[in-house]
Amino acid sequence: MTSTMTETVAAPTAASRAGISPWLTFAVRRGGQFILSLWVLITAAFLMIHLVPGDPVRAALGMNAPAELVEARRAALGLDQPLIVQYVNYFAKLFTGNLGVSTITNEPVAHVIATRLPATLQLALLACLLVLLIALPLGVTMAVATRGSRRRGLELTFAIVCVVFAAIPEFLLGVGLVYIFAVNLEWFPIAGNDSPLGLVLPVIALAIGPIAVFSRIIRVEVLSVLGQDFVRTARAKRLAPRKIYIRHALPNAMTATLTLTGLLISGMVAGTVLVENIFAWPGLGTMIVQSILSKDYPVVQSVVLIYGIGVLLVNLVIDIVLALLDPRSTIRES
Amino acid sequence: MPTRLKWLSIVRSPVGATATVLVLIVALLAIFAPLLWGAQAEAIDTAGTQQGPSAEHLLGTDALGRDVLARVLIATQLSVALAVIAVVIGVTVGTLLGTAPSVLPRWAARLVVGIVNIAVAFPGLLLALFLAAVFGVGATGAVFAIGLAMAPSFARLTQTMSAAIAGRDFISAARAAGVSRLRVLIRHVLPNIAEPLIVNATVAAGGALLAFAGLSFLGIGVQVPAYDWGKLLSEGLNRIYINPAAAFGPAVAVVVAGLAFNLLGETAASVAGGRVATGRWTLPPLPQPATRTVPAFPNVSVGTILSIENLRVSYPTPNGLVHPVRGVSFEVREGEALGVVGESGSGKSLTALAASRLIEPPGVVDADRLEFNGIQMLTAPEKTIRGLLGTSLAMVFQDPMTSFNPTRRIGSQLAEAAQEHQGMSKKDAMKRAVKQLQAVRVPAATRRAEQYPHEFSGGMRQRAMIAMGLMNRPKLIIADEPTTALDVTVQRQVLRLLERVRTDTNAAILLISHDIAVVSQSCERVLVMYAGRVVEDLPTAELYTGARHPYTRALLEVVPDLDTDREQPLGVIPGRPPAPGEVPLGCAFAARCPLATVQCRESDPELETHRDKHRVACWNPVGGDTRVTLPELSTAAPRTEAAPVATVGGAQ
Repeated sequence: MTSTMTETVAAPTAASRAGISPWLTFAVRRGGQFILSLWVLITAAFLMIHLVPGDPVRAALGMNAPAELVEARRAALGLDQPLIVQYVNYFAKLFTGNLGVSTITNEPVAHVIATRLPATLQLALLACLLVLLIALPLGVTMAVATRGSRRRGLELTFAIVCVVFAAIPEFLLGVGLVYIFAVNLEWFPIAGNDSPLGLVLPVIALAIGPIAVFSRIIRVEVLSVLGQDFVRTARAKRLAPRKIYIRHALPNAMTATLTLTGLLISGMVAGTVLVENIFAWPGLGTMIVQSILSKDYPVVQSVVLIYGIGVLLVNLVIDIVLALLDPRSTIRES
Repeated sequence: MPTRLKWLSIVRSPVGATATVLVLIVALLAIFAPLLWGAQAEAIDTAGTQQGPSAEHLLGTDALGRDVLARVLIATQLSVALAVIAVVIGVTVGTLLGTAPSVLPRWAARLVVGIVNIAVAFPGLLLALFLAAVFGVGATGAVFAIGLAMAPSFARLTQTMSAAIAGRDFISAARAAGVSRLRVLIRHVLPNIAEPLIVNATVAAGGALLAFAGLSFLGIGVQVPAYDWGKLLSEGLNRIYINPAAAFGPAVAVVVAGLAFNLLGETAASVAGGRVATGRWTLPPLPQPATRTVPAFPNVSVGTILSIENLRVSYPTPNGLVHPVRGVSFEVREGEALGVVGESGSGKSLTALAASRLIEPPGVVDADRLEFNGIQMLTAPEKTIRGLLGTSLAMVFQDPMTSFNPTRRIGSQLAEAAQEHQGMSKKDAMKRAVKQLQAVRVPAATRRAEQYPHEFSGGMRQRAMIAMGLMNRPKLIIADEPTTALDVTVQRQVLRLLERVRTDTNAAILLISHDIAVVSQSCERVLVMYAGRVVEDLPTAELYTGARHPYTRALLEVVPDLDTDREQPLGVIPGRPPAPGEVPLGCAFAARCPLATVQCRESDPELETHRDKHRVACWNPVGGDTRVTLPELSTAAPRTEAAPVATVGGAQ
């Protein structure tokens, strides 16, 4: 993977100073960080079951469960083996896609996740898309409208609205939306994903907070870009204002936008857990909460792992895209 | 005490004051609510369960007939206490992790930093859920979960701040004095980062309140019979059909309390960072940009490309309107090379930007006449102006590094000028771009057009900038300090290139520079600007012998040449030009002028025609051919800046 990457991007700027391509240095550094993070994540997930005070299987099955069942589950989880053996086995199983079985239902965890992950991804991706589609134009428009201290009133109103919406947690927004649009107006279903309409409220509940935060940051970013010399050059060319904003200002605010997008997607993990629980959405978020309540540790462990890997992958992709967009900073850093 | 005064200013801003009051109310409720409403909150009323709002129960009653409002008020205590404990855990663990690298051996330090970096990347709620699973469901587990989930970001904050402080002199001094690393940490580093840590902890408390509400709402946090706002909220939600107020109450409490902590922290942060606005920036009413009748000035002579009369540029500041350009008048004739010189702050660049209609609000441009190529630029419709300036006026800016868009290829940046104004296709425009790059002698132009600005050298970039101006057919090229960012050899090349462009295309050039030598080499006529006005306008040929304004003389005097004694310090003009807001009543140069009289300090001389093609604004112009040397100017050390008048006057 690293080798293909260096080949595709070692374009004109790969001016090597110390004989090593800066892209190779970047790939090694960033790839190494990814693998290290993955290792820490897997280790933490593995340790979770052992950090639980007392016997996790007994805790899950309850005090009245027959001793034989508890022993059988312990053996099934491999908890009767030495810790180091379990650790090695855990890695080995992960690489074959075996995430163990649920303590409660005895169902393979990998199977449970496979059925639930798409629902969560659907929510999260749609919400991200909505955030970008609204926050980008909104932020740019606000920057253009309020640059050079124009329209102070508009700027203040925008700031206040954003602060308030950013402060309302998504679960409260979700509840409010349900109350207004599902309970009172009956426009949308109250819960579930049985119809495409069911997507509307959860996606909005997830998106509003990030839209408020995003559009404010993008406004500031675009404002700072608009103040730069090359925008003056573009104006000196007498380009149509629209072209100045879209061709010259926006691409230069891309670095910040992408970094934010990374944070946005990571943040969606927390958002989906809460919002899924409000709308009884059959995704990973409802499952992890149910599993924590029922002490189904193998499931909790694996869901945390999946969320964590998702976050790591997103960060990795964003860093690579950022490096491609702005080769200079990559080279400088490495 | 300055520190106390600083914190008091939090209360002065309306947002800070509101946040402070809200936080105080929350704190008072947390302490006293259980004493005041404890009985009411626990009073079970089996007859009046699940009531809606009434005069007796403002938010109705719950499933056991208990008053919801009283329960919301009492829940303040647990909600706030949990949030505060979590923040204390987060800050403590975070600070330990964050400062550990500065006392640990190197390998251990690296390990800690690495782990913190990894942990920071994970969403807080994910960590909290993980920890909640480990600690078990309930308030204790939730406190640890949320507290520890906050730790990585506090660790990162502490690391960043201690690293910033580690570079300061007093730390180096302490280290050099042999103070142990632990002692340096406790005595010097921690006290210095305490303030931002506390500020961030306040913001985090707001976040923790919301996080607890979230966890309790999910059923992972506080368990019955205890209750916090999240618990009440999820109870209320179950009955949202019957009594929405029961969900509304705790929801409002959570949001308001969270917001209050958040805003208090933010305000404190801006106070700590010194970013709280003390005065308000108010815009004065815009002067109406003149719909003037024909000026009572002789008509513009044939062959004039740019005609400016009484141009003023104004900017609003907290202390009122300032005028960095105060009534500038001049003309540029077709094919002419006109130079504008002056120190920085003389208004020369703003004059150029105003002439090319590039001043943006809040700046205001006003003039009796601003005419380019026969079009009145202050009154003509925007579209006409854009078309006209796009094709006939080219700008070359000072710093070619920042004046190109770093994210786009040079070729396409050139091409878009022709696409926009000549309706060329992208392909034709690119061909023209390559042709123009060749015209300004950029080698391998076809390949170069595909490159990004950072792959060009400074001189090449400035050539490309000139080529960009030539994409259309300019009648005037305004070059604003085009050579300042370049070294002397390249400077010469760029000036020659401009000169060649002028002879080839008959475009006039307005060359702006602080360097009178540059201007005198390449221009036929020179305008000397000082404090927003033209003080002298003369042909270059007369510059060294016939300059009459003492400022022009001083500018010439300080240019080193081959005869300059290299043992002596370089000449400077003592003092500095007045800031736009502090222009004195009389001649702005009077304070630095060795020839200044009372008249100079009392009234500002007009720019008057001295003889043909030579205008000067001075009460005591320097006489004809006498080469005036100002000995005290060339030898005076820059140090005398503070009292230039006294120094110069005394020498006289």
